Amino acid sequence: MMYSEKVLDHFSNPRNVGEIEDADGVGEIGNAKCGDIMKMYLKIDNGIITDAKFKTFGCGAAVATSSMATELIKGKSIDDALKLTNQAVVEALDGLPAVKIHCSVLAEQAVRSALSDYYTRQGIDPLPIVGEIHEPEE
Amino acid sequence: MEKRFIYADNAATTPVSEEVLAAMLPHFRTAYGNPSSIYKLGRDAQRDIETAREKVAAALGAQPAEIFFTSCGSESDNWALKGTAERLAKKGKKHIITSVFEHHAILHTCEYLEKQGYEVTYIPVSDKGLIDPEDVRKAIREDTALVSIMYANNEIGTIQPIEEIAAVCHEKGVLFHTDAVQAVGHVEIDVKKQGIDMLSLSGHKIHAQKGIGVLYVKKGIVLPNLIHGGGQERAKRAGTENVPAIVGLGVAIEAATRNIAEKAAVITPRRNRLIDGLLTIPYTRLNGDRDKRLPGNLNISFEGIEGESLLLMLDMNGICASSGSACTSGSLDPSHVLLSIGLKHEVAHGSLRLSIEEDVTDEDVDYILETVPKVVEKLRAMSPVWEKMMKGEKYE
Repeated sequence: MMYSEKVLDHFSNPRNVGEIEDADGVGEIGNAKCGDIMKMYLKIDNGIITDAKFKTFGCGAAVATSSMATELIKGKSIDDALKLTNQAVVEALDGLPAVKIHCSVLAEQAVRSALSDYYTRQGIDPLPIVGEIHEPEE
Repeated sequence: MEKRFIYADNAATTPVSEEVLAAMLPHFRTAYGNPSSIYKLGRDAQRDIETAREKVAAALGAQPAEIFFTSCGSESDNWALKGTAERLAKKGKKHIITSVFEHHAILHTCEYLEKQGYEVTYIPVSDKGLIDPEDVRKAIREDTALVSIMYANNEIGTIQPIEEIAAVCHEKGVLFHTDAVQAVGHVEIDVKKQGIDMLSLSGHKIHAQKGIGVLYVKKGIVLPNLIHGGGQERAKRAGTENVPAIVGLGVAIEAATRNIAEKAAVITPRRNRLIDGLLTIPYTRLNGDRDKRLPGNLNISFEGIEGESLLLMLDMNGICASSGSACTSGSLDPSHVLLSIGLKHEVAHGSLRLSIEEDVTDEDVDYILETVPKVVEKLRAMSPVWEKMMKGEKYE
């Protein structure tokens, strides 16, 4: 298994680990049976993601993609965060082994899941804005 | 405590020992003759191969003529199963019995044979990782050609009641093969006394090089030729012999089987200290029977964390280990061995296998016992599964 230096860096020193007590949006994706769960917490102020934190149960790539995804959306607008693709996460990590690409998809979906929760809390139907959240297949 | 380098994955592979390397080296540059050549250089090589064969035979309680060199344990397993299947199918015997937690070299060969029209019965194992010989007895039919049960499991190290299983097989007139890749050098094996008809072993698990294995085939059992060509290995497996590897294996198996009890007396207390120490971590379980297991093996599941992360973090702390998580098994499912003894998927994902030898000192054990709890704690602190467990919520 060849992980890039950047993946190993984000795995061994993950950025933004933890919870946000008064989060404006919380999303969770994955299941323990398959071995990957990501939980993402967002603090949103005037349409800007002012803070992002995560907790992840999973392999090195799952931790690294969660860490990178939070880095990529912090300080960004919701619109920008919704444009985050798994490919962008992969590129920011200098690549992932083919068998680990699904981890980057989980990270992308965790962000969308948290944003979806944010809209729901605002009383706004998230579906037209965020789209469907894709749970990994068992 | 200062960072150390600890190799605790001897069930994966072992380093070539000094004495094995020393025995091998001349065969690359000076004693390089082809064993089939008539001149002295060739005859010497032939003699060295036969010496190695005698050493392997002596280590197993077999006759030299019953030892065939192969390229690895998987090749030996493939040959034993497919060869027996092909031969006995002609007598109308197209049924094979094995267990659910064999190595993939056995399981995938059985799946292949099923596609060729054979029937395979997979014996379950107990929650302790042991096979009941009575289950084997019940599974044997009129058309059973072969029973293949591993000597010791590669993940949880449990040692199977080989002699009893062999006795059941012979009572019913069925051949018995065992994959002893993990057992050789760690437990006393005597194929004659234990009634083993065929046995696979691998060199690199006992400090020989990678790429050399053995199939023991009891005299009187005729397997079809595996590789057609020259007269090597009594024409059963043609191809110029891997002389350095064979010579190295001879030295390695002699050394590995010389002082099994003494080695176990050193390793077992250290292994037990690791088990007891790691089990003090909450929400942790030992996988496999505590006593009927290889001296150096321990396999523990830590709930709420995932195995690959655990291995990466241990690696950063200088500890080489192994896991049965999906990520390390190369699929979405965790180890079939851990599932076979009743572990839930999410618990199987968080398993750790350590396989130690005498070079892992008491100080190394201290270091492991200091490092693993910290790593587990760090991973649990970032695990949403652990968070839910602590809140008493369901997390499946």
